[in-house]
Amino acid sequence: MNLLMALLKRKSVAASLLFILIVVVAAVFAPWLAPHDPTRQFFDGLTLEGAPLPPNADFYFGTDLLGRDLLSRIIYGARTSLIIGVVSNGIAVIIGTLVGVTAGFVRGWTGSILMRLTDLMMSFPALLLAIALAAILRPSLWIVALVIAMVNWVQIARVIYSETISIAAKDFVAVERTIGASSLRILFSHLLPHLLPTILVWATLGISTTVLLEATLSFLGVGVQPPMPSWGNIIFESQTYFTSAMWLVLFPGIAIVALSLSFNLVGDALRDELDPTLKGRL
Amino acid sequence: MAWYIAKRLFYAALILLGVSFITYLLLFLIPADPARQIAGRSATPEVVANIRHQLGLDLPFYEQYLRYLWQLLHGDLGRSYVQRSQVSDLMAARIGPTLQLMAAGIGLELLIGISLGLVAAIKRNSGLDRALMAFSFIGVSSPHFIAAMLALYFFAVKLGWFPLGGYGGIEHLMLPAITLGVLGSGWYSRMVRSSMIEVLHQDFIRTARAKGLTRVRVLLRHVLPNAIIPVIPMIGIDIGIFMSGLVVVESVFGWPGLGQLAWQAIQQVDIPIIVGVTTLSAVAIVLGNLVADLAVLLVDPRIDVKNS
Repeated sequence: MNLLMALLKRKSVAASLLFILIVVVAAVFAPWLAPHDPTRQFFDGLTLEGAPLPPNADFYFGTDLLGRDLLSRIIYGARTSLIIGVVSNGIAVIIGTLVGVTAGFVRGWTGSILMRLTDLMMSFPALLLAIALAAILRPSLWIVALVIAMVNWVQIARVIYSETISIAAKDFVAVERTIGASSLRILFSHLLPHLLPTILVWATLGISTTVLLEATLSFLGVGVQPPMPSWGNIIFESQTYFTSAMWLVLFPGIAIVALSLSFNLVGDALRDELDPTLKGRL
Repeated sequence: MAWYIAKRLFYAALILLGVSFITYLLLFLIPADPARQIAGRSATPEVVANIRHQLGLDLPFYEQYLRYLWQLLHGDLGRSYVQRSQVSDLMAARIGPTLQLMAAGIGLELLIGISLGLVAAIKRNSGLDRALMAFSFIGVSSPHFIAAMLALYFFAVKLGWFPLGGYGGIEHLMLPAITLGVLGSGWYSRMVRSSMIEVLHQDFIRTARAKGLTRVRVLLRHVLPNAIIPVIPMIGIDIGIFMSGLVVVESVFGWPGLGQLAWQAIQQVDIPIIVGVTTLSAVAIVLGNLVADLAVLLVDPRIDVKNS
């Protein structure tokens, strides 16, 4: 609770949390909030020449190339972004924590092999790897979430690894060992509680990376597939037309940047609050 | 020292072997059938089988991989399935523009990142500091494709300052390079800011000021060289991230580089090209990290190789 109050004192973080809340509400209550059906192609949604309509009284954000309501598609797109953000990042955090803790706590051969594996993953151009995986697995919402998790766990694993090593080297862990505590006891009652702040920070920052990667994959056409709306594939569908229908890039673009920025700001503030030695420095 | 370098080189080779294995495995698993693609729709099953045999696609996985590795060591990346020429030739034609864009992009990243970080650290906790850090945050939170499209729209379509993408002189290079530079500068400016602040608090800085050096001289001769050290390994790590941005920026701006080649190959499931570009990117990333680590050793004699 204190943490939340401390976070809310920062205006940028309060604004970020508000925006995240808006996106969550939009995602959950999409059917009630969206003014139109997001997949319906309106006859009066295109000009006589067949061009999309700019923002107007019927379609607040304008329409897309097929005469569908852009605002409704963006509201439903919030679902896609959040589902991928939470599921995919959740998987990445679990894998990353498991690998990092195991490598840092067990050390030895297992540790080396795991860390060499993360080195290997770090040497892949992440986007090419994600594209190749998405191409193999035929993108659907869940596959895209999985692909992003496969790419994103590495960074968390490395952070948790170095954190685990530094905590395991602390005196109180050595004291626990001398009084006969088992490895498992040390792991669960000492290491994991101390790792929790780091995990929380990186889980928050990770959502931002996930949102960006989903948008990029969808923009390249190997992410979430139309007609299911995602903020990235709205731009993918309209890219050939964007110089004359800027709103088709601008609105979903703002949504992507704002969501990613919000999670970055919250994560950064969390890091500041949870690690007092860093205060104001990063 | 020599032992450390040898060890690092060995690791680098091992990692490259791993990368080539995983890349090849992934593409082996792709359900698309390249033999059918080359043969065309009207080909008889015999023709398809014949092509498959010619390409060695009927061999078991490990034999295909070893064969690929053997050719790779001889600089042979195979033939493109769709474009019917050597992958190495196709890549050689694209590498110039990519290196050009990379040099300009990374150069701008460093220039923007270091100078913003420097200013923010000096004006710490001021309005300017907050504005600069907000800017760097927006930079790292924006996907390349959106920034690229907006830049193209405002500076090329609306204002007409730059051509609408394509390859040519410096005016073609500027917009994609600025897009990459501005978005990538965020991590650098934040890092330079925090390491500057750390250095500013140290005793030798107070000493330098106390013996009467001017503020500017202390900043440029004592603070900056120390604060910039963590930037060097960051460049190595950044190459991987930069490559992802490059694929997107090259496709949006129609820049005829390796990223665009890879992107076209992905759409056509042209496996040898995808393998080639991925392998080359991995080589660049591994080499970048290696060079960065060795450069830090040269620049900062305090780092103890035996314990790292």
